[in-house]
Amino acid sequence: MKLELRGITKRFGPLVANDRIDLVVEPGEILCLLGENGAGKSTLMNVLYGLHRPDGGEILLDDAVQHFSGPGDAMRAGIGMVHQHFMLVPVFTVAENVMLGHEATRFGGRLDLAAARAKVKEISDRFGFDVDPDARIEDLPVGVQQRVEIIKALSRDARVLVFDEPTAVLTPQETDELMAIMRQLKSAGTAIVFITHKLREVREVADRITVIRLGRVVGEASPTATNAELASLMVGRSVELTVEKAPPTLGADALVVEDLSVHDANGAALVDSVSFTVKAGEILAIAGVQGNGQTELTEAILGLQSGVSGRILLDGQPLTGRSVKGVLAAGAGFVPEDRQHDGLVPEFTIAENLMLDRSDGPPFVKGGTVQTADLNAFAEQQLAEFDIRAQGITTRVGRLSGGNQQKVVLARELSRDLRLFVAAQPTRGLDVGSIEFVHERIVATRDAGIPVLVISTELDEVVALADRIAVMYRGRIVGIVPADTPRDVLGLLMAGETAPAVAA
Amino acid sequence: MTGTEPAPVAETGNEDLATLEPGQVPNAAVPAQPERSGAQRVLREILTGNLLLSVLAVLVSLVVGAVLIAVTSSQVLAAAGYFFARPADTFSAIGSSVGGAYASLFRGGVYDYTATDLLGGLPPLLNSLDFATPLIAAGLGIAIGFRAGLFNIGGQGQILIGGAVAGWLGFALHLPFGLHLVVALLGGLIGGAVWAGVVGVLKARTGAHEVIVTIMLNYVAIYLLDYLLHTPVLQAPGSNNPKSPAELPTAVLPDLFGTPVNLGFLLAIVAVLASAYLLNRSSLGFKLRAVGENPPAARTAGIDVRRIVVLAMVISGVLVGLAGAYQVLGQTTSGFTNDFDAGIGFNAITVALLGRSRPWGVFWAGILFGVFTNGGYTMQAANAIDLNVVSVVQSLIVLFIAAPPLVRAIFRLPAPGAPRRQRKAAA
Repeated sequence: MKLELRGITKRFGPLVANDRIDLVVEPGEILCLLGENGAGKSTLMNVLYGLHRPDGGEILLDDAVQHFSGPGDAMRAGIGMVHQHFMLVPVFTVAENVMLGHEATRFGGRLDLAAARAKVKEISDRFGFDVDPDARIEDLPVGVQQRVEIIKALSRDARVLVFDEPTAVLTPQETDELMAIMRQLKSAGTAIVFITHKLREVREVADRITVIRLGRVVGEASPTATNAELASLMVGRSVELTVEKAPPTLGADALVVEDLSVHDANGAALVDSVSFTVKAGEILAIAGVQGNGQTELTEAILGLQSGVSGRILLDGQPLTGRSVKGVLAAGAGFVPEDRQHDGLVPEFTIAENLMLDRSDGPPFVKGGTVQTADLNAFAEQQLAEFDIRAQGITTRVGRLSGGNQQKVVLARELSRDLRLFVAAQPTRGLDVGSIEFVHERIVATRDAGIPVLVISTELDEVVALADRIAVMYRGRIVGIVPADTPRDVLGLLMAGETAPAVAA
Repeated sequence: MTGTEPAPVAETGNEDLATLEPGQVPNAAVPAQPERSGAQRVLREILTGNLLLSVLAVLVSLVVGAVLIAVTSSQVLAAAGYFFARPADTFSAIGSSVGGAYASLFRGGVYDYTATDLLGGLPPLLNSLDFATPLIAAGLGIAIGFRAGLFNIGGQGQILIGGAVAGWLGFALHLPFGLHLVVALLGGLIGGAVWAGVVGVLKARTGAHEVIVTIMLNYVAIYLLDYLLHTPVLQAPGSNNPKSPAELPTAVLPDLFGTPVNLGFLLAIVAVLASAYLLNRSSLGFKLRAVGENPPAARTAGIDVRRIVVLAMVISGVLVGLAGAYQVLGQTTSGFTNDFDAGIGFNAITVALLGRSRPWGVFWAGILFGVFTNGGYTMQAANAIDLNVVSVVQSLIVLFIAAPPLVRAIFRLPAPGAPRRQRKAAA
């Protein structure tokens, strides 16, 4: 079945997630959709799958215009989706999961499990999946669970299969197996859309590559293109965020991280022997694709992570082993990557949020009582200083725009006596004006002689802010490079090429 | 309610959308608080409900109660038998049975308008305050739990344990007037605090869910008390009944100015004031609310979430323990059995919900329920209406408060906030 998207546009309020996107996938073809996080790939696929109604453009299957009002319609039309996060019921068997949603029943409403079992067996045999229909999902390895998702799609006669970041959860070996399966499906005539940001995989299976950036198709490439070509397309050069900043005045080593590792409950290394130093008055930016250990690294520094080994020193004092409160008391300021989740209490007022991490003692609490007058005066002052656009200090933070919410977080953190400033994804989801403001504040903090650690998946931001750049990949720092390193080199580092290979 | 708040300035109009990145799906697929449990969402919905909604919920419940009274009234049933012959009879029967019922509810619970002088009509209200006192105290305890994000369903057990400790101190010790009462009351508060604090510790240390633990501890409390009432520890000497001796006069809450209202009611008001200070002004209350509203943010801000959980449960238990102490030292002082909680542990949840977990809200909700309880007896006696109708009305109030969309639909109130509409459009 041939899939064609014509001029798909999807807006979320003022934000254009997909801007007139055109795509064609022929039967028996693998189209790779390549792009950074937030480029609009997932939105596009959700439009295709009927989860979002497009604001413009049309979806055609075999040249017939389709109107999907939900995933059910898309499935019936022959579109199958393998989600990054599996949509399986862990305590059900493979056969039960496959039949879920379109259960065949026999007389009296009894489930026809035998039919489902036979179907699983048939599809499994046809493609050599080696999946036991009676195995319980929770007992299966991740790679096999993914195959169950594929079987689920195929059992509904999907002729167009969408794989949304399918390799994110797989081991290298499982990834290879998935590639083989995709080739098999392709030779059986299925049209495949493969969404990823991993260059190597793209070149391995793709017939054609379409690169999306900031909601637009920015280029087509053939699988023979070099990594450098692909990376430069993906990362782009068009939008330049300029931050006015003087050369740094470097002080002594302030934040020293030595051999830091974070292990999850299963013993897997989320952060793997990371070492770096940030000098006073310096911005070290940590670049990398989302999910490569940056979150865990910042949380480890702030004392929010368990399973941490290694050493973290701030001005010679160890931070490891301290409670969050202890780390904050040592002078750490923190902008968490998810401000609504970790940074703010949306139901609290601006004033209340401004005292969130100083709720125990002076200046806002005396004798166990909140000094409302002091707090309000402080809040009024911060409202003006940080240009927080709100009706007043009693406005609930949840009612503010993202930019103003982030200003509240910044106002809170930067109004303390800092000895270290850690900002994770400081401008995620903000408008250009707010981004500029946040960047200025970060640079001003650096110029005050404070060591600054910025974690960002936005390469533009990293390049604009950093005095040095460390790139993380799979929990490791694959290289610490100067701020003027070319973007395609950074792109390659972010895609997991090690530093020597880049140099060569 | 979000809908009636001043419209946000232009800058803040698009809060949900402006936080979206390109490619990020709106809240339908990525809720702002992804791991927030269903229970927490219900709690949020209840706590952010407004006064109007509470009043309307009471109103709707009274209307449904009226229907119940009408269809169960023998008078109405008789008249309905010849409805097509003389329909007016049926309607007047409905009017008189419903009107009569609610009139006697008022007469028995608020003001006896049949009294000859002005003051003579007051005793019903004073009696209602007597019933309201433990509801207010326990309601405050439950409300503080709610504000910290905790469902304390263990009011029953905490009342029984707190009350039993207070009661035991009240009849077993021989202390001078004044001191004895203070000791017995403190014992009650500590009893409740320990019984609830155990839950807090279990939740903080092991992650055990407080709903399950508190419910189970209710049973432990009931049967522990039952056992002790069969042993000389609590059983009145020379009695075969599982009942304690009467409280010593030195430990009984004194009546105020010879009215049915005793010192306990003043203590309840003090508890309201203390709770209001705790929640609105104190550092501890600030942290407690932060933990209740957004635990991850509280943790990121260096607040020890586990400690706050334990403290919140202890404070909750202290207030519920006060209700328990009141039951044995103020309400019925002639000795207690293992059912002196009188359902207050559960009604307190209703009171906390109706009061939207705000101290003064709980105060007024407690008084309303005191009126219901007290007036219900008169209604039953005067109109031969089953007392259960009052219980049904009380339960319906909870139901309507727990289902704000239902009340909004009945009264065609706007749904809170535009984001909701956005969500529907996206799904």
